Amino acid sequence: MEIFGKTILELRKMLDEKEISESELFEYFRKRIEKYNPSLNAFLTTCEISNEENKNGILNGIPFSMKDAFSTKGIKTTAGSRVLENYVPPFDATVFAKLKNSGANLIGKTNQDAWGHGSSTENSQYFTTKNPWNLGYVAGGSSGGEGASISAGLSVFGIGEDTGGSIRMPSNFCGIVGLKVTYGLVSRYGAIAYASSLDTVGPMAKSVEDIAVILEQIAGNDPFDATSTDFINPPKYTSKLKNSLVGKKIGIPKGYLEEGVDPEVSESIKNSLKIFEKFGVQIVEIDLSTTKYAIESYYLIATSETSSNLARFDGIRFGNNRESFGDEAKRRMMLGGFTLSAGYYDAYYKKAAQVRTAISNDFKKAFNEVDVIITPVSPTTAFKIGENINDPLQMYLTDVYNVSINLAGVPSLAIPSGVSNKGLPMGFQIIGKHFNEETILNFGYKFEQETDFFGVIKKGLERYKD
Amino acid sequence: MTEYKLVIGLEIHVELNTKSKMFCQCDADYFGKEPNTNTCPVCLGLPGALPVPNKKAIELTFLIGKALNCQLNKNFKFDRKHYFYPDLPKGYQISQYDEPIATKGFLEVRVKNGNEFITKKFGITRVHLEEDTGKLTHSGNETLIDFNRSGVPLVEIVTEPDFESSEDVKAFLEELHTIIRYLGVSTADMEKGSMRLEPNISVKKIGEEGLPPYKVELKNINSFRFAKAGIDYEFKRQVEILKKGEVPKQETRGYSEDKKETFSQRSKEDAEDYRYFPEPDIPPFSLTDEYLEEILSNFPTLPAEKVSDFVKFGIKESDAFTITREKETLQKFEKILQAGKGKVESSKLATLFVNKRIDENLSPENFVQKVIEMSEVKKFDENLLFEIVKKTILANPKAVEDYKNGKEQSIMFLVGQCMREAKGQADATTIKEKIIKLLNS
Repeated sequence: MEIFGKTILELRKMLDEKEISESELFEYFRKRIEKYNPSLNAFLTTCEISNEENKNGILNGIPFSMKDAFSTKGIKTTAGSRVLENYVPPFDATVFAKLKNSGANLIGKTNQDAWGHGSSTENSQYFTTKNPWNLGYVAGGSSGGEGASISAGLSVFGIGEDTGGSIRMPSNFCGIVGLKVTYGLVSRYGAIAYASSLDTVGPMAKSVEDIAVILEQIAGNDPFDATSTDFINPPKYTSKLKNSLVGKKIGIPKGYLEEGVDPEVSESIKNSLKIFEKFGVQIVEIDLSTTKYAIESYYLIATSETSSNLARFDGIRFGNNRESFGDEAKRRMMLGGFTLSAGYYDAYYKKAAQVRTAISNDFKKAFNEVDVIITPVSPTTAFKIGENINDPLQMYLTDVYNVSINLAGVPSLAIPSGVSNKGLPMGFQIIGKHFNEETILNFGYKFEQETDFFGVIKKGLERYKD
Repeated sequence: MTEYKLVIGLEIHVELNTKSKMFCQCDADYFGKEPNTNTCPVCLGLPGALPVPNKKAIELTFLIGKALNCQLNKNFKFDRKHYFYPDLPKGYQISQYDEPIATKGFLEVRVKNGNEFITKKFGITRVHLEEDTGKLTHSGNETLIDFNRSGVPLVEIVTEPDFESSEDVKAFLEELHTIIRYLGVSTADMEKGSMRLEPNISVKKIGEEGLPPYKVELKNINSFRFAKAGIDYEFKRQVEILKKGEVPKQETRGYSEDKKETFSQRSKEDAEDYRYFPEPDIPPFSLTDEYLEEILSNFPTLPAEKVSDFVKFGIKESDAFTITREKETLQKFEKILQAGKGKVESSKLATLFVNKRIDENLSPENFVQKVIEMSEVKKFDENLLFEIVKKTILANPKAVEDYKNGKEQSIMFLVGQCMREAKGQADATTIKEKIIKLLNS
């Protein structure tokens, strides 16, 4: 009986046919965490199996992990920060409640850059998560613990939070699949806020189909989140995966595959485009020129909002005082506080909001012509631990391809496309129209079936087989 | 003193009496509850909790806006107002900054001017919706926080600096209080803090243009009487400072009921920077015309309008005013008015209702019957009344002489004497007429 590397639906079948019990499956992953976590630093907390949940749910008995940004009743929730070192919340995030309701078993909570501030988990106040492909490299961030855990097979799937690339970057660096959903598709209730107007909650997994399966369980309206979508029942994402792509159009933003991108990454994406052409997809160049201001706009809006969101940690409650904040959180709070100050608001926050609108309009215009847009996730493959940590600006630039997507609020699926000469995963992202997750999942699925992601996921798991 | 005058603007907070709090499902009625039992992750500001706006509270705010003759804004939004204080669990208050629910209104109020009343118009700058904070209790070196009140819907009404006296303020507040209770949007109980006042007081020389370069904010006032006393005290205090050629400090002051004086609480010389920005957790609102119409369809007739209706029926303005102060009183009177239709004059009903000569708890029919009986009694005693008047005039030569020398008021003395003789059963107007007739004959 082989459990290793199995997807959700494969495990579902094994559980249903009683090839394995729920507790055996849980135990299997727990042992793997015990064995591999000391070298990977993926988990901050591990959990006991809970047996009180829905036995008929599609995810019943499937062990999963969650970024430590999600409020879990009775289970410590730190958001990667020392400020919440001893915080045990009294309520569940909606996404967690929904997954429990689908029968899934939380096996542990994973490491992240504190408050979501980072692209490498080096801003975690606990430890840095290592890339399972090469322990000297970062796993990406901020949901780096998720990337490492799923990539090394320590959990079947995971839930991350993406504000400016925090799901896609670790998915890209670790060679797994990650979905940044349309803003509002998945409830943010109980997700510890980094930047509220940009934060999205989404799944990370080993296959596109898994992503679709999870999304069906977590998407839809939540009366506790005023920014969540109106529809109660999400579309059947799994039923659209195999749709034909003939006649569809992919847009490539002008200049995106040339300047500033590692040639190997760019080459890998170009080769991937050829696969889509084989499906009868047309590749066209589009103009997203306003996105060159995305980093500036993003860091003004995100830091403004984070300075506000973190104001509640005033040292009176939650145990630790404000001195427990790390340098990056302090940097962003100061930047944001300054941006919102009287006399500067118009020049910074307001301007950034205007740029954001312009970027949104650029995406809208582009989507009048194309069905999806493909761009890199990161200009390079995973970087070395310590390589960017002393240069915040360089670190911010690693998300240059990601932040515009959060500013526009559109969905994007990060998938693998090969392994570099250095033996690190490469990939790209497929960006879709608002609430059109089914199309990007359709594109991703077809690519996956045709290429098996060029063996990335399989290769990544190999060394963690035993 | 007489060369100076007050310049006052008001900030008034009103807690709405919705069922639940502004952004969560907790009970909005927190009064008398065990500390921190009326809370949830949202109103405690726990990490990850999100606000969901209370529709009812928004609707009630529109009613207040309309009552204050404001421009009602179908497009409005919430903003975050940041400041650190232990009773503010999120480190910011969800409020409204540049796009509030209602703006640019006014309220007309009867204000006492010598012996008569005149109508004054006071500008309303804005009416916006926000959330209340928790409550701190200090004792010794300990401060306790109770979050039961945290997140209760709170409407802030800001006026223009149109008030020139403590009477202005008192009259305005009383009228506003009456309106709020008419609308049924709040208990507006000052002692329980469901209506709170903060006058911004400054003083300038009469004839001086513009606003003074400072203002003093008066806090923790829990009655209209204290508001008046506090303002009067401030006037004296500030005039004294100005007379010395100095400018009073910009600060927040409290009012002490015991000492009957104000005291400095906190200097406010630097304008606070609240770092407002649009609340990202709540999308901006854009109401349809139909929805706004639906909200306003419940709008009641306000007391001022009732007063002018009553005056049209011949009721004395002061009686009409008294009757319309409380909705329950008004309703009682309206039933009596209905019962007396065509049987007895409205003005008579109103006067007897106001001076409480008849038990107001009688059924409307019995009340009217009683009024009719009393009117008949007076007719019956016509001859006796003539005797009483004659006797009174003879017994009070001094008053008669005063009257003849032009002292009009002395006639009222004579009326009073007659009334005493008549054991209050006669009609004052009739007595007065008879006295004048006799004296002039």
